[in-house]
Amino acid sequence: MVEFGGWEMPVEYSGIIEEHLAVRTRAGLFDVSHMGEIEVRGPLALALLQYLTSNDVSRLKIYQAQYSALMYPQGSAVDDCVVHRLGDDHFFICVNAANTDNDFEYIIRQNPYDASEVQVRNVSAEYSQLALQGPASAAILSKVTDAKLTELKYYWCCSARCCGVNVLLARTGYTGEDGFEFYFPPSESEKVWRTLLDAGQAEGLIPAGLGARNTLRLEAAYPLYGHELDAETTLLEANLGWICNFEKGSFIGRDALMGQKQQGLRKKLVGFEMVERGIARDGYSVWTESQRRGRVTSGSYAPYVKKNIGLAYIPPEDAELGRNLEVEIRGKRVLARQVALPFYKRPRSPKINH
Amino acid sequence: MYPEEFLYTQDHEWIRVDGNIASVGITDHAQKELGDIVFVELPQVGAHLTAKESFGTVESVKAVADIYSPVTGEVIAVNPKVQNAPELVNSDPHGEGWLIQLELKDRSETDHLMTAEEYEAYLKGGAAH
Repeated sequence: MVEFGGWEMPVEYSGIIEEHLAVRTRAGLFDVSHMGEIEVRGPLALALLQYLTSNDVSRLKIYQAQYSALMYPQGSAVDDCVVHRLGDDHFFICVNAANTDNDFEYIIRQNPYDASEVQVRNVSAEYSQLALQGPASAAILSKVTDAKLTELKYYWCCSARCCGVNVLLARTGYTGEDGFEFYFPPSESEKVWRTLLDAGQAEGLIPAGLGARNTLRLEAAYPLYGHELDAETTLLEANLGWICNFEKGSFIGRDALMGQKQQGLRKKLVGFEMVERGIARDGYSVWTESQRRGRVTSGSYAPYVKKNIGLAYIPPEDAELGRNLEVEIRGKRVLARQVALPFYKRPRSPKINH
Repeated sequence: MYPEEFLYTQDHEWIRVDGNIASVGITDHAQKELGDIVFVELPQVGAHLTAKESFGTVESVKAVADIYSPVTGEVIAVNPKVQNAPELVNSDPHGEGWLIQLELKDRSETDHLMTAEEYEAYLKGGAAH
């Protein structure tokens, strides 16, 4: 168990590699109750979220979700998040554990509307969250829910009964596999956890911890706030232009991002794999054109692709698929090569191993 | 149970001495703490090691750990299997997962190391690592 964002969390149960491979080939169950939840309701809830986030909230149908970012004026993220629309005037946002209080206070501070128009609540204490991820997730979940999973598409959610408990069920996740995230009252945590593990026995479901959560998201090239994202990094630099909607109207940071489109990026996020022996780790320096000019934001051995991989910021002029770079590993420059992202993409046809 | 024929350091290395040749590895406790080991960096044959100085690293998915030489000496062998199969250090840390062999300069350097019994007591005492 380790401290993470103010919570005691398991790094691993049976081992990071075993858990990672289980998620890629069968299914894993994560306790992600440390994540934060913020509720925004009222006739101007949509307007507020359009102003504060990068993505176009108005495109969301009821029970649809989108990956987005809460924005600073300089075009960087306060946090990345998933916005779920639960009603015309009702939104439920999942945010990072370490940023929950900061995000909530930021929304309150930036909110130009009054309480009759928008109510913002930090409801994190009212929700536990579990994530069931892997190709066998739907088969397992279908045994313990009344929800019609064949009709629940990726990045959609619904209210459902799961494991005898009312939950918000979302087809979302942080692993790059098919999967679900469940939000429900903390008092029901143990029941949901145990029921899912029992239901998944035949499929080989095992619990998975923070270690595997990190290696899985890294293979899928999903950013982690504090690494690929921070207050000093714009969404364009982080390859998140796709969650910026410049046509929706004004939003915090829009001008800065438009300006950067004109002037060019200061740095670029690239993926790399090690060519010579060595593991790149978070924070290691990166050398391009024989100069120390970049930094690894996330690096690790990747258990499914079985390579040492990483993400790094380098000068935009040095970013090119196939081009070499060097990672400084404990004083030694070790050769690596830029590769396309993501490192892993789930195959279209189902692969289920028992 | 920790092998009686080994001696142990506070940093969780083991050393087995036969005459003036010593084999060195990390203990079962160390491999458990590290988790899945994915990379081992060892010195070249011929390298000169000094007691208590780092001679390489053992890396797991989540951590990088320096390995310290219990004694001073010259590296005469490096385990050829652990480079390509680092998981051997997890599965057999006291046997197949050995790391290096050295020629010792001074046998008395082992005098202060722990016996198996002392090491087990050290572990039970909730030693910091």
